[in-house]
Amino acid sequence: MDLRFTSEEIAFRAEVRDFFESNLPPDIRRKQVLGQRLAKEDIVNWQRILNKKGWACPLWPVEYGGTGWDAVRYFIFKEESYRAYAPDALSHNITQSGPVICAFGTPEQKEFFLPKLRNMDIWMCQGFSEPGSGSDLASLKTRAVREGDHYIINGQKLWTTNGHRADWMYGLVRTSTDGKKQAGISYLLIDMKSPGVQVRPVVTLDNDHHTNETFFENVKVPVSNLIGEENKGWSIAKFALGNERAGIAKVGLSKARLALVKALAQRVEADGRPLAESPRFREKMALIETELKALEITNMMVVAAMAKGGSKQDPRTSVLKLKGSELQQATTELMLEVAGPHAMANQHEFLEARTGETVGPDWAGTSSPNYYFNRAVSIFGGSSEIQHNIVAKAVLGL
Amino acid sequence: MDFDLSEEQRMLKESVDRLLEDRYSFEQRKTYTRAADGWSRELWKQYADLGLLGVPFSQDHGGFGGGPVETMILMEAFGKALVLEPYFATVILFGGAVKIAGSEAQKADLLPKVAEGKLLGAFAHSERDSRYDLADVKTTAKKDGTGWVLDGEKTVVIHGDCADKLVVSARVSGGQRDKDGLALFLVDAKAPGVTRKGYPTQDSLRAADITLKGVKVAASDVLGEPGKAYAAIEKIAQSAIQALSAEAVGGMQEMLDITVEYLKTRQQFGVPIGSFQALQHRAVDMLVATEQARSMAMFAAMMVDEKDAEERAKAISACKVHIGKSGRYVGQQSIQLHGGIGMTLEYKVGHYFIRSTMIEILFGDTDHHLAALARAGGLIPAGTTA
Repeated sequence: MDLRFTSEEIAFRAEVRDFFESNLPPDIRRKQVLGQRLAKEDIVNWQRILNKKGWACPLWPVEYGGTGWDAVRYFIFKEESYRAYAPDALSHNITQSGPVICAFGTPEQKEFFLPKLRNMDIWMCQGFSEPGSGSDLASLKTRAVREGDHYIINGQKLWTTNGHRADWMYGLVRTSTDGKKQAGISYLLIDMKSPGVQVRPVVTLDNDHHTNETFFENVKVPVSNLIGEENKGWSIAKFALGNERAGIAKVGLSKARLALVKALAQRVEADGRPLAESPRFREKMALIETELKALEITNMMVVAAMAKGGSKQDPRTSVLKLKGSELQQATTELMLEVAGPHAMANQHEFLEARTGETVGPDWAGTSSPNYYFNRAVSIFGGSSEIQHNIVAKAVLGL
Repeated sequence: MDFDLSEEQRMLKESVDRLLEDRYSFEQRKTYTRAADGWSRELWKQYADLGLLGVPFSQDHGGFGGGPVETMILMEAFGKALVLEPYFATVILFGGAVKIAGSEAQKADLLPKVAEGKLLGAFAHSERDSRYDLADVKTTAKKDGTGWVLDGEKTVVIHGDCADKLVVSARVSGGQRDKDGLALFLVDAKAPGVTRKGYPTQDSLRAADITLKGVKVAASDVLGEPGKAYAAIEKIAQSAIQALSAEAVGGMQEMLDITVEYLKTRQQFGVPIGSFQALQHRAVDMLVATEQARSMAMFAAMMVDEKDAEERAKAISACKVHIGKSGRYVGQQSIQLHGGIGMTLEYKVGHYFIRSTMIEILFGDTDHHLAALARAGGLIPAGTTA
């Protein structure tokens, strides 16, 4: 047992850190530190910088542009990315549809989509959830009926995050109502410009437009856009869930945010001295740091096991998701508390980075919307309660 | 980064696991508690024969040459079995004190005896009013020719009742809570002027209150430089916390396993109670707490020999905070999920709960270490702003 990083891993970290420091555009970094929303071109711009470097899609097979890193290196890459305040890659392109197409796509699908996904020439959105299908995703009803070389799609998707920015959707549709509900689902790529697709905004608690509802009325999708076999979509979608294990906890993100909270708490006065000197506030932070350190080590254990080819069924993965979302939320709560009364003004234009002007200090301008928005972290991608169900069944055998 | 055990570590784990599996069922353990010392002399000899009593000592001193990871392996196994023998008092505390503060001659004299199972030790440090402040020592040491004379009272000295030798802390100068002016002495437990009152502790272990009245100590029995012992005392406590963390994790894993097994077998309303979601989710939270605690015990093993004293102290405090919180959670839930049977002394889960309650108190509770960590600025340095 050796709990340290190897000298090669330490050198790798230095290389990654150096790259981020010299290549992340300062205006993107500044928006990230201030908690402002990134424009579409910010995300595209950064992804293209990474693509040029060969780091656009580390987890993909090397033949499709992956880096061939083991889980430890990927973990280091993500940690450094958060430390530098670099944006996360668009998960819909890079950790969801990309790996699925790598694994299940036809040669034509791979050739068309993979280079464009990697370079953000096309932008993907997800079409899984529906109004009646949240945690019980397999109950989804959006129908795809085969007519010759096409499917005809009718139905409604909900929580189509970035649907208004997206060129394509990877969606789950019902192609059969026979047998188990999971057995009649197919994984389909849908061009968002197809006639009959309508996207309507759903504004979230942060008063922002991230997500949408998407309607399909007799939308024609070529059968050649089916991924894998018809009615096998459920297992294909599940395949993608295991992909992001090494980074799912976002330990680096919470660490960076906590470091920021600490710096800001030194600037804020509370009862005539910096908030950072209040024993109560210090203990609050220390307790979160303690949990975060434990999660970091758990994360390292998972990635070390993955690098050795460990099984996908590692129970600690659910710990990463559960605790990871809890701590992301805890750090946004701290940020809100540091801001105090400065969190009260509604500064939507500043959040959207359409103005640099703020009521009160700029660092506090986004604290409340970001706190609200982070409540979603324990809901999407399998809510915390669903994670509990999974662990109870798969790990404890209950 | 490699969390796998080495071949030697795996063998160590297998041998201790096998021994405890054979010899430490809940029923067997009960018989050991009824022995004169409250533990098994025969098993102590077996630990010695297997080399377990010398695990943290160098091979020059008759040991195994192990480090914090080996200690973690052993203590986790002891935690799982609720071991009664004075390993913590003798090897971790007494042996640790000699290793940390002793001269080469003292180590060469004492550590092989500990490793062979021929010498039991204890760390007589805490006092009635000291609570968790390691510097709070009223016992005095006065110069007497070339030697010293000790006077004072030590309380809750773990396994102080059966110890052959004690490491005693005393003040050579300064005020009651000064870090300067402390010293450590080797004292024969039967020396004139030493009286011991032994008693059982909550967790079926043993402890003693020890009075020292005009106890003479030779100059050769001083550990380290008189007046400068605080750093050593702190290091002894940190090693103790590292060991206790691993023991706590062993106990938590066992509480989780026993509870999950019970949820699968106990029937109410015509079904196993583990089919109820409210109980399932609680069991999952126990698992999460246990896994996180395991990671913290690992962190303590990484950091206990860290050279930077400030970083080391913060890491060990963070570990004790986490172990305290998670141990309390897992312990309380293990009782709750069992219902009435969890409350009885006849059933084993409550014994783990009690031991984990004692571990939380030993060497500083959760609040104490949280305050210390917070004062020291926490684990993560402040970052840069926009």
